[in-house]
Amino acid sequence: MKIGKKDIEYIANLSRIELSEHEKEMFVHQLSDILSYIGKISELNTENVTPMAYTIKASNVFKEDIPEPSISLEDVQLNAPDIKGVFFKVPKVIE
Amino acid sequence: MSKDIESRDVSLRLFEYTAHHLSAKILSKEICATDLVKHFLERIKSVEPHIRAYITINEEDALKKATEIDKKIGNGETTGLLAGIPVAVKDNICTKSLSTTCASKILKNFIPPYDAFVVKRLKEEDAIIIGKTNLDEFAMGSSTENSGYKITRNPWNPEYVPGGSSGGSAAAVAADLSMMALGSDTGGSVRQPAALCGIAGVKPTYGRVSRYGLVAFGSSLDQIGTLTNDVKDAAILLQVIAGYDSRDSTSMQVSVPDYLNGIDSGVNGLRIGIPKEYFAAGLNADVHNALKDALKLYERLGAKVIDMSLPHTEYAVAVYYIVANAEASSNLARYDGVRYGYRAPKSNGIIDMYSRTRSEGFGNEVKRRIMLGNYALSAGYYDAYYLKASKVRNLIKNDFDIAFQQVDCIICPTSPVPGFKIGERAKNPLEMYLSDIYTIPANLAGIPGISVPCGFSKEGLPIGMQILAKHFEEKKLLQIAYAFERETDFHLKKPVLKVSSEQR
Repeated sequence: MKIGKKDIEYIANLSRIELSEHEKEMFVHQLSDILSYIGKISELNTENVTPMAYTIKASNVFKEDIPEPSISLEDVQLNAPDIKGVFFKVPKVIE
Repeated sequence: MSKDIESRDVSLRLFEYTAHHLSAKILSKEICATDLVKHFLERIKSVEPHIRAYITINEEDALKKATEIDKKIGNGETTGLLAGIPVAVKDNICTKSLSTTCASKILKNFIPPYDAFVVKRLKEEDAIIIGKTNLDEFAMGSSTENSGYKITRNPWNPEYVPGGSSGGSAAAVAADLSMMALGSDTGGSVRQPAALCGIAGVKPTYGRVSRYGLVAFGSSLDQIGTLTNDVKDAAILLQVIAGYDSRDSTSMQVSVPDYLNGIDSGVNGLRIGIPKEYFAAGLNADVHNALKDALKLYERLGAKVIDMSLPHTEYAVAVYYIVANAEASSNLARYDGVRYGYRAPKSNGIIDMYSRTRSEGFGNEVKRRIMLGNYALSAGYYDAYYLKASKVRNLIKNDFDIAFQQVDCIICPTSPVPGFKIGERAKNPLEMYLSDIYTIPANLAGIPGISVPCGFSKEGLPIGMQILAKHFEEKKLLQIAYAFERETDFHLKKPVLKVSSEQR
């Protein structure tokens, strides 16, 4: 599977990553190589195979709905780049 | 702590002991925890500049904790399983009030407000957290070269990588900069560095150890594991961290056996499967020979070696780099400069802030994987990549299910080569990915694995043997590994530390 500069720009945008022209070049190359390699899974016939995400038998893990203490607001905000009162502060969202 | 303990002479080679030897000496007051910790801290001061295993050294807190433990012992109070034992923790496992960076610039100043489950367990058992170890950024890599901070060197030869991604933890234990260490294993990140550094590394069953507080990479694959000087220490450390935790919904309510009890049961009558796909082209001759010798030893000990096949092995790396990266692309979406971590100083609106933050904060390998993951999940490609890979994953898991009907365990190399040099694979990501060809299948199938030293290459680099078993059969793995270890002395060999001519 070969991908081009347009593909890289598309997935970089989906990933919220900005790339320089040089980086685009590099990633076009590297991702094409990797995708050619991983494309080998298409050789296999998987018509009647169920997709598997979890290897252990567990589903819908529930627990009792009992309130427990959580991390304090102070601790939650300790690592924040910018706060205002009880909020995380971010740059303007709407122009 | 009495003066009496302090004045006792402590062997200069103290740091070469294992936890199962030293615990008794600490409890009998032959050695005090403070002296032990001081020894390690002094050794870190002289050796660490050449190895670069640590991102953070927890000096002050470690000494404080050691004093507390000595006091406890002095007062005759009950102490934990790891009383006074220094343990290093991979820097993607959260430690309360102690920096946790994931070796990423994006988490440079991150101080976790809570302890990971495994860290809480270490503290409950009176272990001493001596520092946080280097890794490939967000555990993405096989050489620890992808760290955003430093390159860790293999204690056996500073020109070689220590493996990865838990390269800092493996190098710390191999160079006696810590007695034991924790790592995480998503595709081989505990077993492969253990092999390359000549120590024991256990990846437990998916669901055996809680990942609460482990920074998520590939959520259907990640598991916390142990890096230790020998198999008994692995058993002790696993004993401490294994078990159910309601805060990780994938952690399983399966009872934890006593891993040390019966560890010397031997392998008489054991059926060992040898998968032909793991001994094919590309396997280094020294590694192959070491494995052959190991299997002969197992036969002499009464085990039966059976040739078998895991037919879908050749697809494992491809499946892994779709599944792991798809999961990573979701997990790493949280690094957006809003709640924690780095935020780009200048931006034009919130979307621009996200993009700049992530572009400046992540290294190239992380960017590559996020983009690959998003590609595999994106409209038009989901079926061909993510869905298809999830199906092939089932075939790989099925190979193991069939195999374990005929054999009790599988033995194969941990890594196809004894090691590789710093820089050798760094420019070619695909070549780097193939470093994990023998370790990835266990993560895809969720089964446990252990790597133990089984020889040395012509260049003097350690070689690792991997043993795999069914879900939740860690006890059996440890028994099989111990049967080999007590007949050999590879685990007793320690590197003669050399300073590299070209230090970066």
